[in-house]
Formats: sequence, structure tokens, C-alpha cells
Amino acid sequence: MATVLADTKPTAAAGNPTPEAVVVRFAGDSGDGMQLTGGQFTLSTALSGNDLATFPDFPAEIRAPQGTLFGVSAFQINFGSTTIETAGDAPDVLVAMNPAALKTNVQALKPGGLIIADTGEFTKRNLEKAKYEVNPLEDGSLAKWDLLAFDISALTLESVKPFGLGNKEALRCKNMWTLGLALWMFDRDRAPLVQWLKDKFRKNPVLADANIAALNAGHAYGETAELAGPLKKLHIDPVPSAPGLYRTVTGAEAVSLGLVAGAQLAGLPMFFGGYPITPASAILHNLAKLKEFGVTTFQAEDEIAAICSAIGASYAGQLGVTSSSGPGIALKGEAMGLAVMTELPLVIVNSQRGGPSTGLPTKTEQSDLYQAVYGRNGDTPLPVVAARSPADAFDCAIEACRLAVQFMTPVILLTDGYIGNAAEPWAVPDPASYKPFPVSFLGENNNPDGGKVLPYKRDERGVRPWIKPGTPGLMHRIGGIEKAPDTGDLDYSPATHQLQTDARKAKVDGVAKAIPAQEVELGNTTGQLAVVGWGSTYGPIVQAVRRARAKGLDVSHIHVRHVWPLPENLGDLLRGFDKVLVPEMNTGQFKTVLRDQYLVDAKPLNKTSGQPYTIAEIEAAIDAMLA
Amino acid sequence: MNDMTPIAKTTTLKDWESDQEVRWCPGCGDYAILKAVQRTLPEIGADPANTVFVSGIGCSSRFPYYMESYGFHTIHGRAPAFATGIKLANPELDIWLVTGDGDGMSIGGNHTMHLLRRNLNCQIMLFNNEIYGLTKGQYSPTSREGTSSPSTPLGSVDHPALPCAFALGSGARFIARGFDVSKELPSVLKAAHAHKGAAFIEIFQNCIVYNKDRFEDFAAPKGAEARQLWLKDGEPMLFDKGTKGITLDAEALTLKVVDVVAKEDGTPDWQAAGVIVHNVRNKAVAHMLVEMPFGPFPMALGVLFDDPRPTYEESMLSQDAKAREGKVADLGKLLAKGQTWTVSGTAADPV
Repeated sequence: MATVLADTKPTAAAGNPTPEAVVVRFAGDSGDGMQLTGGQFTLSTALSGNDLATFPDFPAEIRAPQGTLFGVSAFQINFGSTTIETAGDAPDVLVAMNPAALKTNVQALKPGGLIIADTGEFTKRNLEKAKYEVNPLEDGSLAKWDLLAFDISALTLESVKPFGLGNKEALRCKNMWTLGLALWMFDRDRAPLVQWLKDKFRKNPVLADANIAALNAGHAYGETAELAGPLKKLHIDPVPSAPGLYRTVTGAEAVSLGLVAGAQLAGLPMFFGGYPITPASAILHNLAKLKEFGVTTFQAEDEIAAICSAIGASYAGQLGVTSSSGPGIALKGEAMGLAVMTELPLVIVNSQRGGPSTGLPTKTEQSDLYQAVYGRNGDTPLPVVAARSPADAFDCAIEACRLAVQFMTPVILLTDGYIGNAAEPWAVPDPASYKPFPVSFLGENNNPDGGKVLPYKRDERGVRPWIKPGTPGLMHRIGGIEKAPDTGDLDYSPATHQLQTDARKAKVDGVAKAIPAQEVELGNTTGQLAVVGWGSTYGPIVQAVRRARAKGLDVSHIHVRHVWPLPENLGDLLRGFDKVLVPEMNTGQFKTVLRDQYLVDAKPLNKTSGQPYTIAEIEAAIDAMLA
Repeated sequence: MNDMTPIAKTTTLKDWESDQEVRWCPGCGDYAILKAVQRTLPEIGADPANTVFVSGIGCSSRFPYYMESYGFHTIHGRAPAFATGIKLANPELDIWLVTGDGDGMSIGGNHTMHLLRRNLNCQIMLFNNEIYGLTKGQYSPTSREGTSSPSTPLGSVDHPALPCAFALGSGARFIARGFDVSKELPSVLKAAHAHKGAAFIEIFQNCIVYNKDRFEDFAAPKGAEARQLWLKDGEPMLFDKGTKGITLDAEALTLKVVDVVAKEDGTPDWQAAGVIVHNVRNKAVAHMLVEMPFGPFPMALGVLFDDPRPTYEESMLSQDAKAREGKVADLGKLLAKGQTWTVSGTAADPV
């Protein structure tokens, strides 16, 4: 945790004593390969046994004009020998590949933190593009930080000279040079990266060799350069974790794997209908490679066709899944209503991003909660599950599949841009440890009187049977018009609409009986203050509450996975606290739901900057509530 | 389709009637189409358990409720997307899509286009009555210019879409036309069903409340011979009892109506008049037929184009099957994929 570091003087950059956690941010032009550098550094960090959390932060433009402030792409990683739950508040180390990267990121750097800057890019033109009048590396304006500025560009060019690359191609190896230096700083093994580069450039061994040479040169620079000052080698001990097999996983990967696992546990083939949208497309890409798991992926002509095809597949007896982000989810609204009306299983994944409208396509937000819980015409209830972290998204995806097939209902799974892109170590689960929930289709007429089949005959939980077309003797018609109980025949009569509206609501309300009771994440089950969160605010909340408790404050953390319907005991739990604080990356949506459901005086803490919460922000709010 | 159903089922028209009361306006052309479909299905050996009628929203889209088969009445314009999911999930099902000019050409035009270009194996019946019926009479994308309606009291100014031209332009491999009360409709439906791939059928349908007798100019029994050109593969394009035919004006590259004189034996001497022979695989002529304006020309009816290509579900599912070959779906292995490390004992010795 960066926070532990902040409390432990001196800082990581000063290097002594060894901190428990370090936050490093790589920042450069969107063409500089910062996400790749960050991703590989993450992998080597994971392999050395540190716990970690990452935060990729990149612009919406694919290749923004070079050197501009809005074209800066950054990757932050927090790693350490204790449990890490956030990507860290403030970096200890900032690698700035150009003036724009320095300008947009340096204010976040911890006082006394280390700046590594490539002087080769601090040219007059680049300084102008970053709106610097004077070179900040030379005017003393960076005095509160340690500065290590040297010509990475020239050093890279020198290191790859033997390979005869063009100037442009040679400079592309800069990110590997920088990574090499970072690996030296944190005592990392280069071998896995060398192997990775060989695999990546299998078809172009010269490029592989050049990149490896740059990596080695960066590493050697740290090793041999007699650098006075801030550059010191640090070894972060592995985090003590439970024995087992680990890997890193992003939220998009975990959702994809969880959906595959969910379909297997249900004993169904999966049909995934998707349409490209940031940041949800990764799920479509991942699943398209998993055909052997009985997955069919369909890139539809639009968001509406994506969900409609998935409903069609569910109607035909597969597990229909669709995925999108807010704007696409809005387009799917009418079809969700049909899935509620026809009571077919369906999983809808929303990787939330900043809104409204196109909003912030590559930034994170939690502002689609109302949309998920209420956002359809008519009284159209459906269960909503929210993942708290990349790894948690695996279990949440399975849970969404389970509820969908057990209750014959569409289910929304909420993640967000942060969860989708961020990586964390994951104890690889044993599939056998999950309880299967096999589906059974109606095979014979369910009419006790021997008349026609009753597709809307509800069981004790209010759930109707799943009947596959193709089953002899069970022909029937379903659709979006209100229908009579049991037979499903068209029926607009007042009594029927009242009865079926009530039945649909009762069925979804009943899901609360089939989900775990709400637990307290940290702290006591009663007390002065409960901090209630959902989704990706988990990391900063749990850390802030831990810190507050360490200061002796009476505060507990409750994190809600089942956003709708809410766990049955949540109301009583909240009433056991004097105060309730709900931090969210929106203007107070879950706070409103809690107030509505329980008449509790929940107080909001809101942030809609497109950036995740820092621990300090939540800690300050806790202090204020208990002051 | 039929060739995927191993055993032809013996049914009668009655077997295809559901117990639901038909709720179209008395005299609506939909009744005739319903009967034509219910008459056709026994003739092609269709199995009610294996047949799915999928529809969107509109008068025509109530169709599935009246068929004793599986049926899915979905949402406005999206029936093609539902059909795609159903067919990919179970390619054995025989899917009939029922849509209208508003549902299929306006709100759902996008989905119609993509279903056709993908060539999903199903029958698409587009009931064209050139008006919005269920919403009480607004003009539709196929309404003729100047159509006066509640939403266009001064007459519509936009140019109508031609469903068959749209379908052909979208890449459809089967295009046919018929009309509600035509006795030829079952044979058109049969041809559509026999085509493997997306089969697009425009069915002119009389909306007796909001657009009464809109198609009388060619559909009325009296004088029909002179106004209807029933196309048959391999036969000359003759109409009006063989006294007229369609020829190709090679210079202008357009179709042209020519008079045909009878030979001594009384049969039309169409060769002498240069009448062309209908070839359902000729796409260039199909383009001209779908655009052929009624008035100067007769209404082109029957199968205009029929040239099968591999279907979407075949291509996609066989590609998927190939990708699965020799692979074992081991979830445990999948979860542990990529670079992993093992923590043992104190966790201090990562591998």
C-alpha cells in the first residue's frame, strides 16, 4: 500500500529502509507503449510474489497527436509485501517519457518522490506542445521531488545500433529500455520478459533482439552507472499469501472466464451477442477464442441486435449473454423488458464508463446504477450484481448466470472501466469448488388436466418452466404482450395485468432469499459509522476503514455485491449504525436506493472525475463524519 | 429448412390452427395469408414442433399467435436479430419471420439488411400494406408519394422504399413477390422454403381500414392477366394471355414491353418478339425486375431471384466446430493459463 509508505519515512525513492509498498507510474505519449511497459512490469511484479493493483489510464484517441497533453497515456502500479487493494493514491516514482507526460502527472507524485525523465524528449517543440515556457528540468520547479533526468532516447539509440533499425523503429525500443531500468530498481528477473519478447517478435528476430538489447541496456544502466543521488535499488519482499497457484487477471478476463464457468455449471452452451464498445469489447474478444467451451460469439450489427440475438438463443435453450457499456446498455433497454416479460434467462454485462452520452469512453464511473436497477419502461424488475475487483468479477459472473437460469430472468452484472482494465493477482480457483446449478427443460406437458401446455405455470418461487422450441407436443407462443397466468395467452384484462405485475415483482424480490446474507467486510456489526460501498470502490474503502480503525475510530465497511434485490438483512444491519456513509463514483445513486429501501439517513460521498477514489479522500470523509 | 428435417411430418391445415381467436379487422388481407401459410406447411411436410414463427410489432406480427407451432412475438423491428440467435442456437429449427413494411423496412431496416447479407437460413415474409395499421394509419416507408395520412395531412413527400430492391441490394439470394388473396401464394411460399438461405418474400396485403384496395390496380381478378407478370424459371416472360412479353432493350439496357403474335398453332411466338426467358439465377435481370415500375409494366410476381449460397449458420457453426476439433474443454486448465506462480508454505519462494 502506498499509504503505509507515506507513513514510513523516508520514502521509497530514498530507498532506506525498505518500504512495504511502492507506487510507480509510467507516463508517456499514447504511441510510446506505456500500457505495454506497465503490463509487462505488472507481470514481472506478480512473478516475484508481490501483491499488486494496477490502473491503466489512457486517452480515448487511438493515436492522439504526438507530444500533446491530451495524448498522454499512463499506467500506474501499486505493489508490495502487504495486501494491496488499490492502485495507490500518489506515485512514489514517475517515469515521464516527455514534457506532456511530466506536466499531466507530476502533481500526483508524492513529495520527495522520484521523477525519471527522458531529456531527449524535452526539446523546444515538445516543451511548447506541453505548454511549458521554460524547461522544467532546468528551472528548479521540480525541487520538491528527486529528479533523475538523462537522455533515454540517445541511450536507447546507442543500445540498438548494432541491429540497423531506422531511427523511428529504434526509438520505439525506449519503453523496453525504461522497463529494464525499472526492473533493476525493483530487483526483478529479466528472463520472463526476454522470453516474452522472443515470442512476441517471433516473426521478426531482429526486432526481438533489439528490444532485448534495449531492456538489458536499461538494466545495465542502473547496475553500472555510478549515479549519485536518488536512483537506488530496492527489493520488495513477496507478500505472504495463502498457498496455491496464482496468476494475474483483469476484470474483462475474469468476467469472460466467469461466464464460461457459469455456463458449464448450468450445463448449457453459451451464446454471446456483442457489439464493439469501449471498454466492454475485451469480453467479446476473449470469448471468441473459447469455442471449445461451447461458446458461440456473434458480433451483431448493433447493440439492440446483440441483446435480441442473445434472447433468441436463450429462447432456443442456450445461455444468452450480452455485454456493453452505458450507451449500449441504454439501447438494449427495450429488449431487456421483453426478456423480463417472456421470463427468459439472460446475462447483461455493463462495463460502466463516464457518462452521460459518449461521456468518458476510457474512464471509469459507477453512474449506471439507476439505469441497471430502474432503467426500463414499465415495472420491470431484474436482479443486479456488482463486482468489486478484477478477481471478484469471476465469482460475480458465475452468480449472474446462476440467478438468470434459476429464476428465468435477465440479470445485469455491473463492472466498470477500472475493473475491466485493471489487473490483480488471483488465486486460481478450482472449478470443482463451485456448486453446479444444472438446468432442466420442460420435456412433457405440465398441464395436470391434460390440456395444452402451460408455459406460464409458476413454481413455488414464481418461476416458469423453460421450454425449448423443437420439443414435440409443447408448442406455445410467447411475446411482449401481457399474458394470462399459466397459459400465457394474450390477456390485457385489468386483473391479469395486476396479477402478473405482482408476480414478476415477487419473483425478483424472492431472489433475496437465494443470495447470501450481507456480511461486514471490516469492523463490527454495529457502531458509529458504516461505510457502505458497491463495485470498484472496494479497494479504497477497505483501506481507508482499516486506517481509520487503526486510529481508533469506530467505523465498519459493508460492501454490497447484490445491488438488487438487496440482501434481506441489510436494512437491520444499517440500522445498527449511528451514521452511514456511501462513497460512489456518481452523484449519489446507491445512497438514494438505500434511503428509499430502508429510510436510513445515508450520507453521500461522490466523485465523478473519471478517476478512482484515493484512500485519502475516503479517509478524510470518515474523519469528517466522526469529528 | 426442409432438407434438414429428416422425416416429413403428416399434418393438415387444421393442425396448424392455434386455439387463439384471430383478431385482425374483418376483411384484412392477413387472413388470406394466414390460410395460405397453413395450407402450405402440410404440403411441405413441416413439423409444428420444429417450426418457429418469429415476428416484430405491427398487425402482421400477431401472426405467430395464430399458428399452432412455436412462436415468438418480439419487439418492433428486431425479429431478424431474435431469429439469428434462435437459428445459431439450434440450426435444426425451421424459422419463418413475419414482418411488415413499417417493422421490417423502417424501424427494423438495419436488421433486415444484416440478416439478408449474412444469409441466415429462414423465410422472411414481409407483409407490405404501404401503411401503419396498428398505430392507426400513418404513412409508411413504402407509401407512395402524396399519401395523405394523420401524420402527413398535406400528403407525404418522401420517396417510397422498394422492399425487393432493398433486399437484393442487401445481398439476398432469394427474392419473391406475391399478394394476399393470390392463389399462387402457396407456391411462392413453397419455393421460398425450398431455398436454402434467407428467402425474402414481399406479400402485398390489403389494409381495408387505412389503405383499402391499394393494390387493386394489379391484384383485382378482373383484367389481372394484363397486369400481372408471373415469373417462372426457364419460361418466357409472357403476360396478358401470351399477347405481351418482356424483352431486353440492349441499347438502353432496360426492360421493355413488346407485343407477341400467336403462331399458327395458337401459341405465342415469343422468340420472334425477342421475349426473354426467366433465369432465377440472373442477378442483373433480377435488379431490373425489382425496379420495374407498375403502370408502364405489369407487376412482377413469383420468384424473381433464386441463387443459393452457403448459409450463415452453416459457415459460422462449421468454423466453430473446426476450432473445437481436438481441443478439450478443461476449465481448470483455462483458468490457470498464462504466466502463473505458486505460493507454498511461507509464500516467500515464488516460482
